[in-house]
Amino acid sequence: MSEVITFLAAAAVILVGALGVVLARNPVHSALFLIQTLLGVAVVFIVQDAHFLAAVQVVVYAGAIVILFLFVIMLLGVDRAEDMGVDPVAGQKPLAAVVGAALLAGALTMVLIATDGATGQRQVESPTDAMFEQRLDNGLTDIERIGRVLFTDGLVAFQLTAALLTIAVLGAVVLTRSVRSSDLLADREPATFDLPAAAPDGANDEHHAASEGQTEGDEQ
Amino acid sequence: MLAELFLTSSYSLVLSALMFAVGAVGLLVRRNPLVMFMCVELMLNAVNVTFVAFGADLNDVGGQLSVFFVLVVAAVEVVVGLALVVAINRRRPDASVDDVSLLRG
Repeated sequence: MSEVITFLAAAAVILVGALGVVLARNPVHSALFLIQTLLGVAVVFIVQDAHFLAAVQVVVYAGAIVILFLFVIMLLGVDRAEDMGVDPVAGQKPLAAVVGAALLAGALTMVLIATDGATGQRQVESPTDAMFEQRLDNGLTDIERIGRVLFTDGLVAFQLTAALLTIAVLGAVVLTRSVRSSDLLADREPATFDLPAAAPDGANDEHHAASEGQTEGDEQ
Repeated sequence: MLAELFLTSSYSLVLSALMFAVGAVGLLVRRNPLVMFMCVELMLNAVNVTFVAFGADLNDVGGQLSVFFVLVVAAVEVVVGLALVVAINRRRPDASVDDVSLLRG
């Protein structure tokens, strides 16, 4: 019963945080609400005996991903309030509400149709699986169980994950690397390049100056 | 009556459905790309809650293993997505998601 109370409290925290992410006008507030949601999810993991994942959730999500969000928000200076009143695409918000309600109704129907446990099958029953689980289960903590499965059954996926992380780092570096002005002029069509009239501040001034000079030359 | 309550996976699944719906609506409604990424994180977390609930229900550690991989993919997605946001914002400050529908410059 204490589990249920803990779960319900965490669920309330999670849902308030989720609504805060969507409704907050300022992106910084959204990020802070996201931290609230992620910590609530960590509590839900703990209630279900996934202690390792709870720790990873706090360290990786709240500690790294949200900090990365906040870092980019501060770096770009986009921490202004968004005007939620404007609706550039007509009827977008009602349509979004309909889609969300349909998603929720579908998911809840699927959950509530299956009265007991929602899977219909309580346990994996094949003998090899049972033997495997028994071998893995005796006295091991969840982190040891995850480690064993990760480095046996999930070994290929684990290696692919390593490749994925490397590719992502390379991609991030390539995407955000500062472009030299000669490259900028060579690979872009300046007439279609919609620069603001004045560069906002001194940042990237050679970059902006070169592009603007080219744009003006084309217009003349 | 309360003493007879015990935690079944249905609790987690309902919570997960609510989280996923809130994230999906946010993704559709918001225009700031950073907030849209946060909504994607909400949806990924909803799926993680489902994985852990089924893993606990079936006494299978594979659910937690899936969450582990989802976490890695979420981190990768955020890194690449934020790099895209930075790259777009460097070239066109004040761009909203509607302005970058052309996949060029």
